[in-house]
Amino acid sequence: MTLKVIVKGKAQGQVMIAKKPINFLGAVDKKTGKIRDEKHDLFGKSLADKILVFPFGVGSSVGAYTIYSLKSNNCAPRAMICSKVDITTASGCALANIPLVMATREEYDSLTDGKKILLDAENGKIL
Amino acid sequence: MELTKEEEASLKGEYGETLALAYRVLVAIGEATDADRLLQIEWAHLSGVNYNTIGDAGEEFLVKLSKDTKFKVKTTVNPMGFDPDTVSKYDISEEFIKKQNSIKNSYEKMGAIPSFSCIPYEIFQLPKQGTHVSFAESNAAIYANSLANLKTNKEGAFSALASALTGKSPFSDLRKDDSRIPNLTIRMKTDQKDEMTYGMLGYFAGKVSGCSVAISGVKELDRRSCKSLCAGMGTSGTCGMFTLGDAPGETMDFGKEEAQKIHDELNTTDSGDIITLGSPQLGLDEISDLAGMLKGKEFKKRCMIFCPRTVQEQARRLGHVNDIERAGGELLSDCCICLTPLIDKKDVDGVITNSVKGAYYLKTSNGVDVNLKNLAQIIQEETT
Repeated sequence: MTLKVIVKGKAQGQVMIAKKPINFLGAVDKKTGKIRDEKHDLFGKSLADKILVFPFGVGSSVGAYTIYSLKSNNCAPRAMICSKVDITTASGCALANIPLVMATREEYDSLTDGKKILLDAENGKIL
Repeated sequence: MELTKEEEASLKGEYGETLALAYRVLVAIGEATDADRLLQIEWAHLSGVNYNTIGDAGEEFLVKLSKDTKFKVKTTVNPMGFDPDTVSKYDISEEFIKKQNSIKNSYEKMGAIPSFSCIPYEIFQLPKQGTHVSFAESNAAIYANSLANLKTNKEGAFSALASALTGKSPFSDLRKDDSRIPNLTIRMKTDQKDEMTYGMLGYFAGKVSGCSVAISGVKELDRRSCKSLCAGMGTSGTCGMFTLGDAPGETMDFGKEEAQKIHDELNTTDSGDIITLGSPQLGLDEISDLAGMLKGKEFKKRCMIFCPRTVQEQARRLGHVNDIERAGGELLSDCCICLTPLIDKKDVDGVITNSVKGAYYLKTSNGVDVNLKNLAQIIQEETT
């Protein structure tokens, strides 16, 4: 399968799937990488070092700076996979140099929570 | 996306991490918007200047970025949170002032022209027709595309910043001539022709349109109404351009009923404690008009009037500032109504304004009630 590459790179890690979209500005603690929005399905969990899989980002575009802060604070995901790319997530991953790909519905649904994968966001492949 | 050898090398970091970061942003946004290449732009106008909008994360990022970077093209900047000349008169925390000054210094260090204005199209000379620019301020992007013969997408803070650092932008959406052709016409059907109504027309059009929209039934649009239309449109949606006159395709009417509906949405009170004018900031002709309208009158309440620094200086020399101050008006520069910490809900219950954009942000960001009415009505009802 081939993924659309938004930010290039390679990353290895454990898949963490969010059912709901993520508002990086409001819902993520930039110092710890934990989801602090009680209504979010990943509430209390840390995004640090995961391959974060979520539908798309929502909320203020300033959320891109939050993604950059996560990386500076060493608690960012290693890579992100979205089903739809929004400009905030794209800008944030680009600033922070975090690989980001967009997956088709089928590819997206085939990912399993907790599984270790190698994301090759140079060639758009999951190994 | 196809990149030139030079762009590819920059992306790989051969010219340093900052340029690599800027190219990553352009490529990411280009991929997300189906651009096939980057093109040259001549002017970037940045948003993300007010500490209230970018916060600590933004401030820290800009400090790092500005250590060893200079902008490649002419770069102007949006308003910040306060007017440095009058900030001591307001209850603004030391922390806010410190962080805001740090942001200001970072942009200036990188070579930005310290314009702190949301109307770059009115205070700078415009490049020749068809020139590509990168404007992140929405009213300015719409004005540039629709009235100034320039080409830009409705850029975000990061795409415009990356454009300033590289002089490039993805070739997508409104940069392509095909996307600039509207396929929906909004027919202006209301008899009211004041700036507030044009602001609501813009707000309506922005909600229902794609990239570009046609507006018919509009004659003799003065500058104040043009700016209000652009600002209203930029507030409600993703539409980045309008043309005047009918276009082939679908049509929709903007009549009395549609105007009333928007007014009901944005007008949340029938009175206010203070008046604010200038979202977008007022240009010299608007300041001169206002000074004329205020002859022999005095505001019953506090009135904050926002304009660019250069406009305030010119207006002072022409005597307009004196006229406005005599009527009790207070001129502020380098900042604007939107997301300003100068208007706090703990001190203010309701704000009177003629700006649709201002009304939206006062309500959603500052959390205050808004009394939305046109300028003539404000002068009539709120002065003696």
